[in-house]
Amino acid sequence: MFGNTVRRILRFAIVGQIACASAALAAEPLKIGVILPFTGPYAIYGTKILNGAKLYLSQHGGRIGDREVELVTADDTGVAPELSKRLAQQLLIKDKVSFLVGFGLTPSALTVAPLATQAKVPMIVMNASTTGLTRKSPFIIRVSQTQPQVTEPMAKWAIENGVRKVYTLVADYSPGHDSEKQFTETFTKAGGEIVGSVRYPLNNADPSPYLEKIKDANPQAVFVFLPPGELSIAFIKGFKSRGLEAAGMKLFGTSLTEEAVIDATGDAAIGVITASNYSEPHRSPENDAYVAAYRKAYGEDRPNYMSVAGYDGIALIARVAETKGTVVTGQAFMDAVKGISWASPRGPVQIDPETRDIVQSVYIRKTEKVDGRLENVEFATYPGVRDPQDR
Amino acid sequence: MTPSWEAAAVRLRERERWKSPETVFWCAALVAPFVLPDDHLFLSQIAILGLFCLSLDLVLGIAGILSLGQAAFFGLGGYTAGLFAIHVDGDPLLGLVVAMVATSLLGVLAAPLLLGGRDLTRLLITVAVAGILYEAANKWSAVTGGVDGLQGIVIAPLFGKIEFDLGGTVAYWYALAVLFLVFLGLRRLKSSPFGLALAGIRLNPQRMPALGVPVDRRLTVAYAIGGAVAGIAGALLAQTTQFVSLDALSFHRSAELMLILVLGGAGNLYGALLGAIVFSVAHHLLSEINPMYWQFWMGTLLILIVLFAKDGLTGGLSRLRDHLWKGGTAP
Amino acid sequence: MTIVFDGIALGMLLFLISVGLSVTLGLMNFVNLANGAFAMLGGYVGVLLVNRWGVPFLGALALSTLCSLVVGATLERLLYRRLYAASHMDHVLFTVGLIFVSISLAAYFFGSGVQVIELPAFLQGRIEAFGVGFDSYRSFLIVVAIAIAAALQRILTSTRFGASLRAAVDNPRTARGVGIEVDRIFTITFAVGSALAGLGGALGTQMLGLDPVFAIKYVVYFLIVVIMGGPGSIRGSFLASMSIGVFDVVGKYYVPELGAFVIYVLMLAVLVARSRGLLPKFGGRS
Repeated sequence: MFGNTVRRILRFAIVGQIACASAALAAEPLKIGVILPFTGPYAIYGTKILNGAKLYLSQHGGRIGDREVELVTADDTGVAPELSKRLAQQLLIKDKVSFLVGFGLTPSALTVAPLATQAKVPMIVMNASTTGLTRKSPFIIRVSQTQPQVTEPMAKWAIENGVRKVYTLVADYSPGHDSEKQFTETFTKAGGEIVGSVRYPLNNADPSPYLEKIKDANPQAVFVFLPPGELSIAFIKGFKSRGLEAAGMKLFGTSLTEEAVIDATGDAAIGVITASNYSEPHRSPENDAYVAAYRKAYGEDRPNYMSVAGYDGIALIARVAETKGTVVTGQAFMDAVKGISWASPRGPVQIDPETRDIVQSVYIRKTEKVDGRLENVEFATYPGVRDPQDR
Repeated sequence: MTPSWEAAAVRLRERERWKSPETVFWCAALVAPFVLPDDHLFLSQIAILGLFCLSLDLVLGIAGILSLGQAAFFGLGGYTAGLFAIHVDGDPLLGLVVAMVATSLLGVLAAPLLLGGRDLTRLLITVAVAGILYEAANKWSAVTGGVDGLQGIVIAPLFGKIEFDLGGTVAYWYALAVLFLVFLGLRRLKSSPFGLALAGIRLNPQRMPALGVPVDRRLTVAYAIGGAVAGIAGALLAQTTQFVSLDALSFHRSAELMLILVLGGAGNLYGALLGAIVFSVAHHLLSEINPMYWQFWMGTLLILIVLFAKDGLTGGLSRLRDHLWKGGTAP
Repeated sequence: MTIVFDGIALGMLLFLISVGLSVTLGLMNFVNLANGAFAMLGGYVGVLLVNRWGVPFLGALALSTLCSLVVGATLERLLYRRLYAASHMDHVLFTVGLIFVSISLAAYFFGSGVQVIELPAFLQGRIEAFGVGFDSYRSFLIVVAIAIAAALQRILTSTRFGASLRAAVDNPRTARGVGIEVDRIFTITFAVGSALAGLGGALGTQMLGLDPVFAIKYVVYFLIVVIMGGPGSIRGSFLASMSIGVFDVVGKYYVPELGAFVIYVLMLAVLVARSRGLLPKFGGRS
């Protein structure tokens, strides 16, 4: 609003002269609106995803095709749906962005979906992970993952490797409920038994009562979904210190040991088995280059599944530009995107032509110490995984 | 010298009189959408926030109940309106009424818990009530959609004719009209015997029973009306964004509301509206200039306001006005 | 029984991070919501010292407490002091402003990820005795909390400083008149409150984590502990923390379905039954 005006005046004052002269020559910059939480409890989502998106651009001279790219960032503070909606509207009307990308959490993506439909602007979801999100508008594409998508391979691997009795513990909110449902479904259908399940309140500071309960039940393994952060860290530490590991129990998860929290979790994370679509030590020329560039650009900050989604979201736009050019209507972009596949740092990926959700390999990893660093080392791959709830 | 009761009556009537700055304020609200044609959604959200803030002003500023749980009503209003639209009828006005009824009921039910306590105890009880509602909505995700939010709300056209547009123009006029009506009601209430009794309770809770004021009943009614106003605000937000999620019930929302009211200045209704405007605009501008670290400037702004304009913006403004006025007439 | 021990330890952690607010609110009548910001400061200083520079844990604990103490004293002299006469509303606005600033600074300097102070080996063990599992970190929390509670209680009730403080709070003018250095006493008390928060922050990262929103995330817990205990009452805060910890852990063990509700139900029950908190100080000023 006023800020925009202020910004414009400032920009005009500084670069006005040059811009006027060259405006006729250079094409208008390609504007991409980025809506993510940069403050509040989910600030890490915004930071990591934007890091990935910026990395792709800096590797390509800040351009897609012949056009300079401008990322217009907006902070939706996490779960504040009305704010996300307002920001999206502002990006569409005032900044006239050609793409809306980001979306850390499901509510923010859901409120923006009708705007994408109306404006016919492609909306690339880079994190929000609820099943069926892409069905909310024909202009949504998801390049991250869904909770069932990474949970199903975990359950399959467990059963294939002789685990029969599992206790599930999930955070008591929708993503947790989805994980619990998926794991139970896949695991019991294949002949496994869920010996107990518990839901973990998000405002919980102390995992001890749950750890003691699981210890009493003495399952072969525990499947855990907790949002990566202090909850997951305290749980993993307790799992080790209370002797659950020593009693022979295994700890399974999905994002439990992702790179943003693995160092804070410390050596207690060693031995945890997780399923995920991205691991930093993944071996491929694409990922080697990606990780090297990421470390060069951001130093100690580690790339994770979020930053790769940010990276791939921009890569997807660039990939379409290769065939269709950089001036495409939203509809033409959506047509071109369906079924498109490329080599991501995480491995081969494809946009499902039907659901516009991402199809990707899911890796089973074990946390190990490699050269003094904690890493999620991949040892089994489930290729071409779709969201089992939305096939 | 007029007898003191007459002087008091004159003063009261004077306070009740519609003053010119008020006309200016509401005219500005009418003109705003024409000055800012691209920001109707934003304006509608400020109006809703202002309405929400009025609810706390009634409860805290006028009745003196320290509430840090107004989100309970806001969220309940939002979910009621949303669920009503999905399962019963999409008419927005009907939805508002239903939300209002549901939230005033919650107010009446929750009030007895508060009456026995003192300030801080009350504060914590309101936190607990909102917390319980939040967790209940989270657990009951089959109905509420949990953290993912309540999807599929479709709101019928206003009066059966005017469709809600995505640009938020209808939303703004709708929210502004509701805000103005509620404001008029509260303004009236404030100077009514009921409002004066509340002020008396706030200033001297021990003395009021001696004057024959049924303190508990007055407070219960005030709390319920406050709840209903918050409920209307929540319902408006649900209808205009066609979405409700758990954050409508969160502690964060109650806390931010308290902050906004204190920023504007409690007890005179305009403080609530001014606080909502200043806070929203400051948040908007600062986060647009710097999406990562806008909170730094927001915090600095709050600190400066406290240091230089005590009692909120309206307090600061009225002192400034007195100062200028005195300065102007001095020889 | 292990469960009860765990609950007590959780309670002690709550006590440690909240007692700073009990001191400023109850004894100085200042609503210092920024208590969490001082706790966060202690936490980040600890992270810096232990994880980056390899300072021994106990030394780092002392240094982070000291750091919060110094910053607390400085801010008191520069800013807080001007607001003692202001309303509680102004306190809220001001301290929330401080919280916002601290969140941004933390995000700027330390990033938005979660960090945890690495524990030394002697706090990582676990002893099984009499059928109870004693976690050494938790035992350490309990010992520290009891020591602090006892020391505070003693200082407030039976030292000259405690008497002067109570006099200064109840009637600053008279207190000045009888030669009590009110300003200095307030500075010291405020600094001690900040230092306690810093210590709690540095000790708590194992369970609470540490990220920039730490400053605001646990405000509800502070309020619960302090108000339930009765502001200014050290014993009250101690008792409230302990009962919250035990009820929370035991409740979640036996009735996990209730989960998040346990703490709210306990709160309502206590507050409706005892409207001034568990142990109101000095006969119930609040």
